[in-house]
Amino acid sequence: MSLKQRVESDQQLARLLQIGIVLEEVAEARANNHRESLPEPDAELESLLAEAAEQSAAHRDQLETLIAGLAADSIPFDEIDALVEASYGQTKPEDFDGVLYDQLCNEETAYKFYDDLIEAIDASEATFSVDREHLLSVLRELRETEHDAVETVTSVMEERE
Amino acid sequence: MNTADQYLKAIYLIQQEDNSPAATGRVAEMLDVSPASANEMIGKLESRGLAEHEKYKGVSLTDDGIVQARDALQTYCIIERFLINVLDVEEFRAEARELESVIDGTVAERLDTIIDRKSECPDCFDPELDACGCLDVEPLEEAAAD
Repeated sequence: MSLKQRVESDQQLARLLQIGIVLEEVAEARANNHRESLPEPDAELESLLAEAAEQSAAHRDQLETLIAGLAADSIPFDEIDALVEASYGQTKPEDFDGVLYDQLCNEETAYKFYDDLIEAIDASEATFSVDREHLLSVLRELRETEHDAVETVTSVMEERE
Repeated sequence: MNTADQYLKAIYLIQQEDNSPAATGRVAEMLDVSPASANEMIGKLESRGLAEHEKYKGVSLTDDGIVQARDALQTYCIIERFLINVLDVEEFRAEARELESVIDGTVAERLDTIIDRKSECPDCFDPELDACGCLDVEPLEEAAAD
């Protein structure tokens, strides 16, 4: 279901960007956990997960820079890492397919989030404390890299079928 | 602005509470909109096969409407829990209402991996509390008076 509401204020935008940071932190922490607990060594998967974690950390930095312009706080990574750690036992994938599927969910969720957020900002005429064009260009860039990441994971999944 | 999902959620909760079709006036009251707005959206829900409206009785959700209402309620619960437990937001109800139509179910599911949601969700949702009944939060009146 697509977004049906506009982003109307700095506060709402800041909250949404905080959620984006948390999503990236969840993706980073889960990718690291997957890499450390693979049932057996797998160079391709290890490299994919390492790159995914690195990309999430870079996205987080970009979102944090935007949030700083809105005078809102970021969410410390160690807090989210601890929450992921606490629930990882119950939600841990059991095999390589599960790891890839979870990684696909991470990337697809981030893509969907940025896509919806861009649509909501586009639909709004509100003025934000950060430059609208800069904001949209950063979010579009993030969406593009998530799109590429979805394709990368999908092609690895297809190769392994 | 209230979205279709917010209407479905309201109708579902009223139906559960009254064990009968939801009166349009009650739906309008719960969502703080005019009866005319509520009638218009209920008409749209009917045309999408999500609700059935019977004159003088009220509106009932179809099976598809119930599924979508429960999904929307679950997403709302996830957002509320996330705002309380992770971001420590005091005005979590108002913010959850703002965010619920912006946050997609897929995104909510990912946030769900870091919150301690109960397996009975969304049946544990308490309309009086406008929050999950398992959460230790102030009732609405006290929260509003603060």
